[in-house]
Amino acid sequence: MSETNRHLIDYTIAQGDDALILGQRLSQWCSRAPFLEEDLALANVALDYIGRAQMFYNYAVKLEGGARSADEIAFMRDSRDYCNLLITELPIGNFADTMARQFILDLFNVKYLEQLIKSTDSELAAIAAKAVKESHYHLRRSHEWVLRLGDGTEESHAKIQCAFDALWGYTPELFEMTAAETALLASGVSVDRAALCGAWNEGLAAVLAEATLRRPADGWKVTGGRNGVHTEHHGHLLCEMQFLQRAYPGLRW
Amino acid sequence: METIALIPEAQLARTEFRQRAACPELWALLDEVKDPEIPVLSLWDLGILQDVSRQGETVTVVITPTYCGCPAMAEIERDIRTTLARAGYDSVAVQLRLSPAWSSDWLSAEGRKRLQAYGIAPPLAAAANRVVKCPRCGAENTAPISEFGSTACKALYKCNECLEPFDYFKSI
Repeated sequence: MSETNRHLIDYTIAQGDDALILGQRLSQWCSRAPFLEEDLALANVALDYIGRAQMFYNYAVKLEGGARSADEIAFMRDSRDYCNLLITELPIGNFADTMARQFILDLFNVKYLEQLIKSTDSELAAIAAKAVKESHYHLRRSHEWVLRLGDGTEESHAKIQCAFDALWGYTPELFEMTAAETALLASGVSVDRAALCGAWNEGLAAVLAEATLRRPADGWKVTGGRNGVHTEHHGHLLCEMQFLQRAYPGLRW
Repeated sequence: METIALIPEAQLARTEFRQRAACPELWALLDEVKDPEIPVLSLWDLGILQDVSRQGETVTVVITPTYCGCPAMAEIERDIRTTLARAGYDSVAVQLRLSPAWSSDWLSAEGRKRLQAYGIAPPLAAAANRVVKCPRCGAENTAPISEFGSTACKALYKCNECLEPFDYFKSI
């Protein structure tokens, strides 16, 4: 396998990992959301992400020449083989924690996917074109919730401020380039993450101000997800998600 | 006052493409395949059926998913195969086309009417910023309850006039 192909596979799988882990996290709200409509909304968004993961993994399967299936990529890899961003694997916390994370990521994803649409790799561009429409829709809702909670009651304000503060150190990882991404950037396949930082910060600052929230101070940061070095929560998530396929390999519905 | 319904450009292009198609009988046959979640809409009405062609004994059907994670896609593919097999076409290839991405503008004019009659408010044009009318009483005094509803393609609304909740087919 050529080095370029290896980079493309790694890159595609990492995109799928981000979507799958976040989708799995969101699905944990099912039957536990504050009210029924929100339960449906969170499950719907989770489904969009899991579908997105499936599209990236299916493309990786094609690139690998069918050596393994999309299910094997999702269910038979261990924590160290997963390359998702750390922010996607953090526990769902309370509703404010979840909506703050969604807003941070929806805003990032919209900007990221708008660039990936221009990828010279037509499959990645097609997946991005499909996914960006959904991300715009997700952003509308998470934006709304940040405003409602931030500019809501004293308690809701305190909770979502606390959520942004706790998540802040995980946001620098959104803008870090992996070796594969840097290598693919020259041929126009991947997206320059670092270049999105300014626009993301501006967009976020505007909404935080509107929601009467304070932008957390830069300082601490945690990275490592792209290299497979995860938080303690990751293994527990995989344990639940992978149980069935581990216990009954090849199981089908 | 009579209003002249304008159809979105994308929908017009789809209709013209179908009219030029080489095997109209296969398109007609696939009109029997309905969305498993919204049984008043055929795959054509929904805008996910893109192309049908025939090479020798093999029929190739090209579809575009509505939403990335729509769980109905697997069932839709099965229904396509079953319907074609019943008509004697055993060799069927179903291809998934992601680009251009599906848009609610692709819903057919007939499909929109049927949705309305079924109690689901049809999607507004993706670019428009107009009010969603209550599919039951026609009132324009409506409000969203949730941006998401019972399936990936619907949102939940309520009518402030007749007080009924209703589904709105999301515009995307």
